Amino acid sequence: MAADLLGPPSRLSARDRARRAGRGGGNPRSVPVPLLVPAVIAVAFLVLPLAGLIVRAPWGRLGPVLAGSDATAALWLSLWTATVSTGVSLVIGVPLAWVLARTSFPGQRLLRALVTLPLVLPPVVGGVALLLAFGRTGFVGRLLDDWFGLTIPFTPLAVVMAETFVAMPFLVITVEGALRSADQGFEEAAATLGATRMTVFRRVTVPLIAPSLGAGAVLCWARALGEFGATITFAGSFPGRTETMPIAVYYALENDPDAAIALSLVLLLVSVVVLVSLRDRWLRGGAVQ
Amino acid sequence: MTEASGGGGGLAVDATIRRGGFSLTVAFEVPPGQVLGVLGPNGAGKTTLLRALAGLTPVAEGRVMLGGQVVDDAADGTFLDAARRPAGYVFQDYRLFPHLTVADNVAFSPRARGLGKTAARQAARRWLDRLGLAGLADRKPAELSGGQAQRVALARALAGDPALLLLDEPLAALDARTRLDVQAELRQHLAGFPGPCLLVTHDPLEALVLADRLLVLEDGRIVQDSTPARVARQPATEYVAKLVGLNLYAGRADGATVTFDTGGSFTVPDHGCHGEVLVAVRPSSVVVSGEPPHATSARNVWAAEVTGLTMLADRVRIDLHGAPAALADVTPAAVSELSLAPGSRVWLSVKATDLEVYTRDHGQPQ
Repeated sequence: MAADLLGPPSRLSARDRARRAGRGGGNPRSVPVPLLVPAVIAVAFLVLPLAGLIVRAPWGRLGPVLAGSDATAALWLSLWTATVSTGVSLVIGVPLAWVLARTSFPGQRLLRALVTLPLVLPPVVGGVALLLAFGRTGFVGRLLDDWFGLTIPFTPLAVVMAETFVAMPFLVITVEGALRSADQGFEEAAATLGATRMTVFRRVTVPLIAPSLGAGAVLCWARALGEFGATITFAGSFPGRTETMPIAVYYALENDPDAAIALSLVLLLVSVVVLVSLRDRWLRGGAVQ
Repeated sequence: MTEASGGGGGLAVDATIRRGGFSLTVAFEVPPGQVLGVLGPNGAGKTTLLRALAGLTPVAEGRVMLGGQVVDDAADGTFLDAARRPAGYVFQDYRLFPHLTVADNVAFSPRARGLGKTAARQAARRWLDRLGLAGLADRKPAELSGGQAQRVALARALAGDPALLLLDEPLAALDARTRLDVQAELRQHLAGFPGPCLLVTHDPLEALVLADRLLVLEDGRIVQDSTPARVARQPATEYVAKLVGLNLYAGRADGATVTFDTGGSFTVPDHGCHGEVLVAVRPSSVVVSGEPPHATSARNVWAAEVTGLTMLADRVRIDLHGAPAALADVTPAAVSELSLAPGSRVWLSVKATDLEVYTRDHGQPQ
């Protein structure tokens, strides 16, 4: 009776047996249909566009297409602005992360919320805000213009500022998390050995969180490289001056789709390189080792 | 203990330290060159005390003096923070910097205290040689054994040329075999340290071997401050008695009789003692008999019930319920001859001369 209800036993090969034994009994190859179908759709949605990019790429004349567009200038601009904004983020963002992680003062939670706001803020809004603050008539920009004759908008400096505004919170969040989870016993030990807080930071804290610092910097750099909304709003799109790769792709799509595809491929390549370099650190949680 | 302890390189503490809901109140002095063992159960405040002396936790009340200088005073706000206080701290988990080599770990303190790179290296080299670590200079802490890491931690603390040395359970992280070797070494190195030294432990043997004097902490206060020999002979509390393996009874003495708070009484040698006393008895002095002993020289005989038996190295320790309760050590042969098992009714006897009777109030070491 009971055997009828259970149905005939299925067959398990020696390999299946070994596989199941290693995974706590469940069949690792069997996925219920209600989970399998959406999962496949998700994969298709994420992968197909990239596949399309690769299929449609003008592989035969990639070189001439790239050379004929403003690609070189745009790529160079993108690379150096992303690098400079990452450098700026390290110089001012890491101390900020330390202040958030290692001190306490009234309003700290509010400050943390404000600092991380650019993570969720639409970048265009960030660009508008930058323009209102640092534009020629902005409340800071006007002073800079009056005192130094300095005009920021629509210059490479504006590109760096827009990218830093959007990308730095990624670094701050990563480093702050690493600082919080780092063993503060080492910092105490350093203090008993006569190290001032600054020496502790320089010789103990930073080396200990170096993996997370690296991961945060790469993430920051990648975000800066892809920045579009804030940059085009605050810095415009002057070829060779403020037209970064993403902006170049966007404009190329209108009059030279092949160039847009070729430029996109270059960005895709850069992204893949970043992802591979992060594989061991960021994707596993950026734990301090 | 001399007047000079607070000055001339000694440590003088009279303070209350609060951490979270915990409060520790202590008053003691350590002269230069003395190793003070700090013994106590978990949560007694041992580590809290070391942290306060190192300057990691300021005292809430009172003050700490080192070498005649006030380093922490809650009343007038004086506070020398950890980085500027000349205290070497060996942490229980060592806390060697994992990204630095052994040599750089040891050179850290001289460097942080202002020496140039080369001078710091030389200072580190001297300590590495002195502690027999020269061959490990280029290793990372992850490549060290437990005993080696312990020595490096000690070298790192000493390389800063501290006036006060603090060791938090320095041998706790080692396995039993290594511990004995390192213990002998540590004793040697501590003897060479000129300043006051505090060594926290919960291992009575470690305390007896390494310390010149013992401070027993319980529930945030000092319950005994005495020589190791005296602590082992005349423990002040149940906890200490248990550590050193003695039966301890609190009671009131009236000449040759002590009546215990928990029931029962003993006849003791009459030293004219009156009032609150403690009576310590070695478990091996408690004689167990199956029947009421007749014609015995023992002055104290009472009935008891066996509640438990534990095999020790070469004898059996018996837990006995009675008035008073007791621990008794007998041979395995005696256990079988007397058919001892939980529930057995037996008679216990102790000679009055085997009793250590002392007043409850334990002050300074004699």
